[in-house]
Amino acid sequence: MTDQADPGISRMIQERPPRNQWFDVWDQFKTHKGALFGLGFFIFALAFILIGPLVWTVDPQFADILARNSNHMLACLRAGGGPDGGGFEMVRACFASPEEFSRANPGLFLKVSWSHPLGTDQLGRDMLARLMTGGQTSIAVGLTAMMLALFFGTLIGVLAGYFRRLDGILMRITDLFLAIPLLPLLLVIIMLFRDQLRNAFGPEGGIFVLIVVVIGLTSWMQTARVVRGDVLALKEREFVLAARSIGTKPSNMIGRHILPNVMSAIMVSATLGIANAIITESALSFLGLGFPSDFPTWGRILFDGTDWLSSFPERVIWPGVFISLTVLSVNYIGDGLRDALDPRIRGR
Amino acid sequence: MTRKILMLGAAALAMAPMAAWADGHLARGGSGHLNIIYWQAPSTLNPYLSGGTKEVESASLVLESLGRFDDTGTLVPWLAAEIPTVENGGISEDLTQITWTLQEGILWSDGSAMTAADAVFTWEYCTHPEGGCAQASYFDGVESIVAVDDLTVQINFDQPTPFPYTALVGSESPIIQAAQFADCLGARAPECTEANFGPIGTGPFVVSDFRPNDVIEFVANDNYRVPDQPHFASVTFKGGGDATAAARSVLETGEFDYAWNLQIDPTILAQMEAQGNGTVVTAFGTSVERLHLNQTDPDPALGDLRATAEGGAHPFLTNPVIGQAMSMAIDRALLVEVGYGAGGQPTCNVLPAPDLYASTANDGCLVQDIAGANALLDEAGILDTDGDGIRELDGVPLQVLYQTSTNAVRQDTQALVKQWWAEIGIDAELRNIDASVFFGGDPASPDTFQKFYADVEMYTNNFAGVDPQAYMANWACSEWPSPASQWQGSNMQRFCDPAYDALIEEMAGTADLERRGEIARMQNDMLVQSYSIIPLIHRGGVSAHANSLGGIRMSDWDSELWNIAEWHRIPE
Repeated sequence: MTDQADPGISRMIQERPPRNQWFDVWDQFKTHKGALFGLGFFIFALAFILIGPLVWTVDPQFADILARNSNHMLACLRAGGGPDGGGFEMVRACFASPEEFSRANPGLFLKVSWSHPLGTDQLGRDMLARLMTGGQTSIAVGLTAMMLALFFGTLIGVLAGYFRRLDGILMRITDLFLAIPLLPLLLVIIMLFRDQLRNAFGPEGGIFVLIVVVIGLTSWMQTARVVRGDVLALKEREFVLAARSIGTKPSNMIGRHILPNVMSAIMVSATLGIANAIITESALSFLGLGFPSDFPTWGRILFDGTDWLSSFPERVIWPGVFISLTVLSVNYIGDGLRDALDPRIRGR
Repeated sequence: MTRKILMLGAAALAMAPMAAWADGHLARGGSGHLNIIYWQAPSTLNPYLSGGTKEVESASLVLESLGRFDDTGTLVPWLAAEIPTVENGGISEDLTQITWTLQEGILWSDGSAMTAADAVFTWEYCTHPEGGCAQASYFDGVESIVAVDDLTVQINFDQPTPFPYTALVGSESPIIQAAQFADCLGARAPECTEANFGPIGTGPFVVSDFRPNDVIEFVANDNYRVPDQPHFASVTFKGGGDATAAARSVLETGEFDYAWNLQIDPTILAQMEAQGNGTVVTAFGTSVERLHLNQTDPDPALGDLRATAEGGAHPFLTNPVIGQAMSMAIDRALLVEVGYGAGGQPTCNVLPAPDLYASTANDGCLVQDIAGANALLDEAGILDTDGDGIRELDGVPLQVLYQTSTNAVRQDTQALVKQWWAEIGIDAELRNIDASVFFGGDPASPDTFQKFYADVEMYTNNFAGVDPQAYMANWACSEWPSPASQWQGSNMQRFCDPAYDALIEEMAGTADLERRGEIARMQNDMLVQSYSIIPLIHRGGVSAHANSLGGIRMSDWDSELWNIAEWHRIPE
């Protein structure tokens, strides 16, 4: 009897087959053009830095001194234009056998070679290989530091927002951290712990741990404040009241009801955090506090290139483009994810 | 015919003012205004309160000393009538006394006469027990300075001093006016702002406006002793910016006439010079970029004992074969080409100049020889036993931590040297430290060049003046930096050889110039052949001036501006 009494519902269930909520998230994500572009570029960047070195096996630290200050291959296009340019034939000749072409046309001030498609720096180190290895470090630092900052920020934000007794002390600690100037703190930390970490993880690994931890520990405060504000507002909502009235434990309450609802704020902090971490790392390299000087990172390559801005602008442009596009794409991914994860927006 | 004469006459008339102007630019003030840029800004004009080059050189426009070193390193009389020697009786036979005679009629810029009493006062000022005089080392060993009469200054030393031209000689120990600084002795020295910012001098220029850490305006001194000098009527001395911007302002935009200390990439500097607005000038003194190989063990596991005598000898860098191989593997000419250009020359000596002291015994290192270095290590039995590409000595892998200050040229050098060392099986880890920390000398910091908590370090050192006695004494065993000496000391690589110390003693008691040259060369060879120090590049000062500026004789032995009174504008 009951089966017959409820035909409409069973038909509805048959019409919409059961499906994971992540498909809905993906459907919503797909509608965000910027997010798709961002995801595409981010995957490209990851492939470039992870798979690239397997294909392009040049040692990024090897100084091919005879090839120093080489131009990138696109400079061949210059052979076609200008007052001395010889049109399309010259460009083709340049791309076909760049070494001979550069020797034959000294007046063009070209020094190109297919063995260094993006050119070399002032010591003859291959730019393409440096960009790949540099990207590994930069993105690894960015992601790891961001996650660390996110973990601390969310933890402290949620605890402060949910438990009134902890609020005062945790927020004062946050204020304290906000007041600490980053660079002097770094100087002290590096002086105190550099040698121990170097012994434990090696010169590069030690600095990696140090930088990631330091950036993580000094950039969680904004996340914590934003999350706390959201939690405070959520706590007063009816569904939380309802959950509490059926005796939900605080841990379940946070995990099931609070966290999913502050996810969008966390996502935004995360995307800003990656950008911040990449930039802080390059500032540290600039001061000589970061990785050893021959160990490339995007920030380091960019810094080294600034002296050559007028004669070899590409040395600044390549790492600059990678840093800005990575940061931009992560921002867009975050934007798209925030929309996709918000059930109120989904489906609209 | 008449027409032609008229034309000629007209032409002559037109030329006349030009001819007059051509002569006029060599009169006092006839060259107009001069713009100088130093990319580090002076903070005071009293060189006794700051050891910085920028302060010393800006003050050298105003303050002068008894003698100065010209562009060849020769001591020339300045305020003195002549240079005292043993031959002319100016220096006593027992080498403990030197007597200077001042030129007659020298006036301070305020019109009062300069006397020997001012020289005596300068000594009292700098050696006052409560004052922290930056140039006190110039008065080391001076027992007393006495004014015999108005024009005669007698300097007495507490022991025989074969090279007595230190006190009151050179831009770093000029004579200041007793009347102006009389109330500024000892602890009160820094309080006399007016005197420190506008010292009254005997030099070609007078300070008209001083803004600390920014700009100084000078005008010609009406009381200057040479009637037609200085040729410039006024000088703007701008401080601040960076080396690249300073070079650009002279060589590209022409805003300034003279820029100092342009250690930038030679390719970039050459591109700027190619624009034809100015000229790059270099002067070679005694600066040498070198590697120090730590002879003590810097292992962090030693704690407070690291890099001290108590911590023990270095596990492998005390072996001269390894040092020799490291030196042979380096292509110094390439380092010059990549990083220094006209501002550097390959060298194998710690003491590359003056000629009298320059040894030729080590010139083999000028040619890179990686195969030879490998053979040397193979022969000595220092082999790669575990196949990781790094050689071992008694089981200790040849891995070095190679530190220097943060500077683009130095980091390039590090990268190249690391690569060459990798080719001979020595692995280097690079570290660069901010210059203000590295050279800061703070005993609390682990990163100073004195503490040397690394295996290899690279920097430049030199000595002022032309006599190497004090400089070569830096490598005495007693000069080791250590906790007991608050890490002060100048024997950075912890070299110690009793035979070397004996040479230092002999040098201190020898007046004969030939013999002094011989001793200095022996000292240099002992140091270099111990391979505790690897000289790389003899560095010169690099400056740039506008093509319209004449009379420049750049000296690395004294202030670069030592003869600024003779600078003039070249008529176009």
